Amino acid sequence: MAGKTEPTATRNAYGEALVELGKRHEDVVALDADLSVSTQSAKFGKAFPDRFFNVGAAEANMMSMACGLAATGKRPYCSTFAVFATGRAYDQVRLGIAHNELPVCIGASHGGVSLGEDGASHQMIEDIALMRALPKMSVIVPADYNQAYRATLESYEMERPVYLRFGRPATPAVYDEVPESLGTGVDVLREGKDITLIATGHMVWRALEAADALEREDGVEAEVLNVSIIKPIHSESILESLAKTGVAVTAEEHRVVGGLADAVRQVAAEQHPVPIFAVGMGDEFGVSGTGEACMEHFGLTARGIADRAREALVLKPIVSHPPLLGKEWT
Amino acid sequence: MEAARPLPQADLADANLAFVRHLQPVPDLRPPLNGAGEERAPSIAELERWATVLRIECVRMLAVAKSGHLDSSLSAADIVSALYNRVLRHDPSNPKWHERDRFVLCKGHAAPILYAALAHHGYFPLEDLMGLRQIGAHLQGHPDMTKTPGVEVSTGSLGQGLSMCVGIALALRLDGLEDTAHVFGLLSDGDCQEGQTWEAATAAAHYGLRNITAIVDYNHLQTDGTTEEVMDIGDLRAKFEAFGWDAVEIDGHDMTAIVEALERSRTLDRPAAIVAQTRKGRGVSAMEGRFGFHGKPPTPEQADEALEELMAKLEEQTAALEAAEGASEEGRS
Repeated sequence: MAGKTEPTATRNAYGEALVELGKRHEDVVALDADLSVSTQSAKFGKAFPDRFFNVGAAEANMMSMACGLAATGKRPYCSTFAVFATGRAYDQVRLGIAHNELPVCIGASHGGVSLGEDGASHQMIEDIALMRALPKMSVIVPADYNQAYRATLESYEMERPVYLRFGRPATPAVYDEVPESLGTGVDVLREGKDITLIATGHMVWRALEAADALEREDGVEAEVLNVSIIKPIHSESILESLAKTGVAVTAEEHRVVGGLADAVRQVAAEQHPVPIFAVGMGDEFGVSGTGEACMEHFGLTARGIADRAREALVLKPIVSHPPLLGKEWT
Repeated sequence: MEAARPLPQADLADANLAFVRHLQPVPDLRPPLNGAGEERAPSIAELERWATVLRIECVRMLAVAKSGHLDSSLSAADIVSALYNRVLRHDPSNPKWHERDRFVLCKGHAAPILYAALAHHGYFPLEDLMGLRQIGAHLQGHPDMTKTPGVEVSTGSLGQGLSMCVGIALALRLDGLEDTAHVFGLLSDGDCQEGQTWEAATAAAHYGLRNITAIVDYNHLQTDGTTEEVMDIGDLRAKFEAFGWDAVEIDGHDMTAIVEALERSRTLDRPAAIVAQTRKGRGVSAMEGRFGFHGKPPTPEQADEALEELMAKLEEQTAALEAAEGASEEGRS
């Protein structure tokens, strides 16, 4: 399916795919909490006004309403900013949606610091950690418009609680077209033998740029993985690459605690321990600035990833070692 | 959905428990009724007797489980009896019947009263009641839709229930069932301290839902003291009215008033609130209206005493019903 090649925000894909889902399935309903233009769910509201519920600034009510709708046979898509979807309404998502394993999708936009000017109160950097910790919840962070479009369509087929994280800024295309499926949720975008760069969301195109820089400036062949499904994470794909390169850097627009870094480290620590360095938010909150300035400020850039990779490569010969288990786990 | 596993009967075999002699089945006058069939509506006296049966089951369950919220269940017994035996259109042989009325126990900690009603309607075997809160049994401490047939949504975190009711009511409206399938939510005073309840109240009025009824079991006692001491929620009837609801206040132990208010609430053109003034621990003199029993199971002695009182009440109600029936038969012959 043809997609977008120019930079486009992942939230736009959500809004457009939601309309497509509405056309295909009568049981799809959408809810928003007074941010429907930002989250793009307003497109669904315009196309299907009877199936769209703007609850106003009342996120807790929205999540519990979604529970009631899903328990009565509907397929709710709840949209708001990531900070409110997960932080403000955590208990409602926890009991009403995750615990009951109801098919509710949370389309959370404006994840991370790239939302920019609104600052720390709105820059959600721990949502992946919160949603990963929830039993029964799947966590999906698409890398670009095209993958976000597919992720939204695919979430309907999953028939379970799904957390979808989208971003505010226009972001370069990683995929030439809308992919056929999310597959395992781990795509090898570039092959290499020296180091694995494992990225998610807005950091994926930056990881590809970092790989270019490493090749150009250091002669290092970096392998780049895009992890779109952070939970359940497809450990085999990660291990396969770690076994080949013996060292990795993760990159996410999120705290390094509880997010992609920890998900990858858990897989590695149990089955193939190698050094894994993390690019992400440390023990700090975001700040105001343009989205790009915020990313720069916190080192969430291609250069940030490449620099971390160089540090990792220094350590690799000291602490890395061949696979413990051989090929059997692949 | 996880299959309900049969309950180990270990605790029932513990003959040292003083209340065990009360564990025989309650004598049934006639099977409980539900609105799905063609049955005659049960009388007020029958509903009152069924409320006593539900109370007896709650005391037994808690005595065996040695854990749970007894007084919160007892204050709701009359309302739940009226709902399950007369007002709700439901079909225990087909719990997922799409056109059924929905009952949401927003005050999930009163789970025993819901379980007693469901078991007496055959949603699961009566003996399952004695598995309350035990490992391997399906009756969880708070209602769990993934484990117990007849539980519409999982509750237990106060404040969420009314929002869930709004979601259910909207879904039923989308399916064209607004005038047939009604949603009844039973809230506690604690629910009304949670801000989310008022988000839901705002939404129900905004969407003009007429298939939703919120009943508040206003028993004025919470974990740390009276609601007036802890956090006074004041005049709930006026509050719901201010939120655009039809609101009435009733004596939550007056069966005639309960039935009237519930049946009337189905006929309105907007969301309906019934503020039921109740007494926590209703039906057990040692507990009724007294602070200090929230979340505390009865000791075997307290359970024995409570059952003594409730069984006497049941016998009295049964005898009165039989006498009335005899009289009406004599009148006919």
